[in-house]
Amino acid sequence: MVILPNLRYTKEHEWVLVEDGIGTVGITDYAQDQLGDIVYVALPAPGRRLSQLAVFGEIESVKAVSELYSPVSGEVVESNGALADKPELINDSPYGEGWIMKVRLADEGEIEKLLTAAQYSDYIEREAG
Amino acid sequence: MTEPAAALRRTCLHEEHVRLGARMVPFAGWEMPVQYTGIIDEHNAVRQAAGMFDVSHMGRYEVTGPQAAALLRHVCTYDMTRLQPGQGHYAAVCRPEGGIMDDVYAYALAAGRYLLVANASNAGKIYDWLARHAGGFTADLADRHTSTCMIAVQGPQALERLADVLDPAFVRSLRPRACAETAWEGATVFASRTGYTGEDGLELVAPADAGPRLWRALLGAGVRPCGLGARDTLRLEASLLLYGNDMDETVNPFEIGLAWAVTLDDGAGFIGRETLLRLSEEPPTRTLVCLKAEERGVIRPGCAILRSGRQIGNVTSGSHSPTLGVSIAMGFVPPEAAAEGTQLTVDVRGRALKARVVPRPFYRRPRPEERKA
Repeated sequence: MVILPNLRYTKEHEWVLVEDGIGTVGITDYAQDQLGDIVYVALPAPGRRLSQLAVFGEIESVKAVSELYSPVSGEVVESNGALADKPELINDSPYGEGWIMKVRLADEGEIEKLLTAAQYSDYIEREAG
Repeated sequence: MTEPAAALRRTCLHEEHVRLGARMVPFAGWEMPVQYTGIIDEHNAVRQAAGMFDVSHMGRYEVTGPQAAALLRHVCTYDMTRLQPGQGHYAAVCRPEGGIMDDVYAYALAAGRYLLVANASNAGKIYDWLARHAGGFTADLADRHTSTCMIAVQGPQALERLADVLDPAFVRSLRPRACAETAWEGATVFASRTGYTGEDGLELVAPADAGPRLWRALLGAGVRPCGLGARDTLRLEASLLLYGNDMDETVNPFEIGLAWAVTLDDGAGFIGRETLLRLSEEPPTRTLVCLKAEERGVIRPGCAILRSGRQIGNVTSGSHSPTLGVSIAMGFVPPEAAAEGTQLTVDVRGRALKARVVPRPFYRRPRPEERKA
C-alpha cells in the first residue's frame, strides 16, 4: 500500500498536500483498495466553506458508499471535474489524477492535527490487523 | 454486526481463495471470497469470457426414495413430480400463509433421487422444514452441504472451457436447465446447465475432496475466479432475485413475478396452496419492478421510491451496473406505478435521483451469432 511521505492524513483515509496555502485533497491508496471499484463521487461545489473533518462529499464503489471528510478548514476553490466521467481515476491514481478537491486553507496550523505518513501507516496496520 | 471470524464456516476451496489473494468476507455464516482482482473486472470476465464462483455455501440436500418427488411437491410451489430424470426446475418454498421461506432449485437425478439447492442463509431452515414434513413420506433426506462443493462456471466461453476439463461429449449433451452426472478423475460430478449470472454455463457439484483439484483444473483451462461481489452485480443485471433482498417471508410469489414457478392446476395440497390460490385470483397490492437511473449516483437497497414527491415503495436491490454504466435497481411499487416508462425518483441519502421503470431483464445475453458480429 502506497503512503507518500510528504502528505498528511486523516483517520478517515483522506490525504492533503499543502502548497502556497492551497490544500489538494484525495483519498489514500489504502482507502481506494478497501472500497474497490469506484463508480461515483459527489463533488463539493467551488465556494463551499468546510470545517476540518466535516463531510464534504461521498464516494460510491460497487460495494458501498462512504463519506468524504475534509482534512482542513477553508473554502473549496476547485473540484476534480474529470472524476464525473472517470471516477476510476481514484483507483488508478489516488495521489495523482484521482485528486478530489482543492481548498484554500483557513488555518495552516490545523495541519499539525493530522497524521504524518508514519502515524497513518501505523494506524492502518492496526485497523487491518 | 459481523460474527467473529472463528465462528465462520469455510468451504473446501478456502485455501484456493487465499492462495489467489481473494478478499474474504463473512456471508450467511460462511467465510467467502467477495473479490479477487476487482468486482468490475470479474463481472466483465463473466460477460465476455468465463468465470467461476465458489457457491459451496449454498444448501444442498439429496432427497431419495419412492416418495421423494411427492415430498418435494409438498413443500415446493412448483410441481416437482413433473420432472423427468435429467430435468431441473425453480420454485419457492412457502409458509401456509404464502410468505416465501426460500427460493430453491430441484434437480431430478434419477427416478426417486433429487438434489435440492437452497440459499446459504436459509439452508438450516429449509433442512428443518423438509425434515419436519418428511414424516408422512417414504423419503430420505441427506445433507450434502459439507461432503460436496459447488462451483458455478459462467460466461459465453464457459462450455468451451468446461469441455477442456470434463468429458466434452458430456458437456455438449446438456441442454439448458438439464442436469446429469459424469465421472471426472475418479469422482462423480453433478452438472446442471443453470446459473445466476444471465450467461450460459454449468453449475457443478463435486465431492469435497475433489473440489480443490477441480477448481485448479478450471483455473488451468482459463476460467477466471470471481467473488460474491461480481455475482451480485451479474444477477442484478439479469434481474434475478435475491432472497433476503427481493423476497422474504413477508413477500408472496405473485408480487415478484414468480407465477411461473407456482403450479396450482395439479390439485396437489402443497403447503401454502390455499393462500396462493386466493392470491393468484386477487390483484396484487404491489409489484417488483426494474428501475434504471437516469443520472449519476448509485441506488442501494432500502432507498425510498417516490412519485410526485410521495413515497410509494422501497428499493430491494440496487447497485452500479458495469455493463450499462449506470445504477440499476429493483423495488416494490403499487401496480399503477409499475408500467414501463414510468418516471420515478429514488431518495439516495437525501438526493432525489431520477429513475425510470424499464423492462425485465436489464441485460439479456446476445445470441452467439450476435456476439460474433
